[in-house]
Amino acid sequence: MSEFSLWDIVYNLLLAARWTVLLSLTAFVLGGIVGLLLLMVRTAGNPWAMRLVRGYVELFQGTPLLMQLFIVFFGLPLIGIDVSPWIAAMLGLTLFTSAFLTEIWRGCVESIGLGQWEASASLGMNFRQQMRYIILPQALRIAVPPTVGFSVQVVKGTAVASIIGFVELTKAGTMITNATYAPFTVYGCVAVMYFLICFPLSLYARHLEGKLRHVAR
Amino acid sequence: MSLVELHAIHKSFGELEVLKGIDLKIEEGQVIALIGKSGSGKSTLLRTINGLETINDGTIMVAGKKVGDRDTDVLTLRLNVGMVFQQFNLFPHYTALENVMLSPQVVKKQSKAEAKDVAEEMLAKVGLADKMMHYPDQLSGGQQQRVAIARALAMKPRVLLCDEVTSALDPELVNEVLAVVRQLAEEGMTLVMVTHEMRFAREVCDKLVFMHQGRIHESGAPEDVFANPKTPELASFVGGLA
Repeated sequence: MSEFSLWDIVYNLLLAARWTVLLSLTAFVLGGIVGLLLLMVRTAGNPWAMRLVRGYVELFQGTPLLMQLFIVFFGLPLIGIDVSPWIAAMLGLTLFTSAFLTEIWRGCVESIGLGQWEASASLGMNFRQQMRYIILPQALRIAVPPTVGFSVQVVKGTAVASIIGFVELTKAGTMITNATYAPFTVYGCVAVMYFLICFPLSLYARHLEGKLRHVAR
Repeated sequence: MSLVELHAIHKSFGELEVLKGIDLKIEEGQVIALIGKSGSGKSTLLRTINGLETINDGTIMVAGKKVGDRDTDVLTLRLNVGMVFQQFNLFPHYTALENVMLSPQVVKKQSKAEAKDVAEEMLAKVGLADKMMHYPDQLSGGQQQRVAIARALAMKPRVLLCDEVTSALDPELVNEVLAVVRQLAEEGMTLVMVTHEMRFAREVCDKLVFMHQGRIHESGAPEDVFANPKTPELASFVGGLA
């Protein structure tokens, strides 16, 4: 059996960390798009559509991410759709992210005063115009810090994808441990890498929060 | 034909009936003040005229056309009816100029240059030609309210609704806003205002409408209404002000 140096461990983990970053980014971008669509439906005011979106959000907030991944990974083949671990992980995390972002952004939209809706309405704007020119630009400013903050949850959430066999940082850690029998060293390195991805995001969120205190008009 | 005709308007918030059958005609060029105690339904009545409150019963005709409850009807209605609010409600993320330019561009599809011309004209009219690049939070309350008036005027409405436009202002800022409203009245703009400024209402308006418990209790020319109130409610309202 060959010897593993610390550098071998770190190098292999770094390779796998690329997948963690890619999975996080994909889930975040796709989840953001789906979340924005759901937000529009949620605020447009059709009571049935609103209830549906609320149910969707409750479902994903009320179940563990792991179960969501299991259901996507093992459920889709049952209806004849075979999914690779990558697709399953991406799909599961996208659904999870979209539900949380919808809820975060809904709070931001609702924090915009009724007066803004009424003023724009009395100028003859329709819902789409109100959202585009009046509500979303203001809500966006408020939404940036909690959204960046939530991205940290998404990055950490990708670790769960290791259980369905997707080789990202955590899964790579397990595989290397099985070869090196040095779990503390390996998982220590894994933890440091997660931290190096997440901590700058947290810092950035805090920085934005401080900045927005001045902008809040 | 009147510019705006309200017929048998009923409006309830849950169990509470706030408008109990209102008939009101607003003629072109008329300046009308709605007065009355708080809770008498005057603000609600004003808000029904541009569809911010949906009515439970009755009809609203603007420029001879009945306003239905379809969304497009309401949007068309609002092209004819502008509104200025107690709390100004300027868009905080746009400058004064952009606040005024936005709706003509977005709703009326005017070109940027065209909208800018109109906006500059309107801002000059309310005495804010030198504040166009300021954001709302850089303006005083009185200045913000004047931008709000310019913003409503830029849509070239046929009637302008003013909902207690000076109530949120510091006393020393009230007059600059009233001066603008007075100027509009003199230029022949059709105005409907809810106001607590009785002296102003008396001087500027053609007609006072006194509301009491969800009904139009009494209405008429200002001098009559103030000098010879016919009902004890109006007498006590007018007396309470003196």
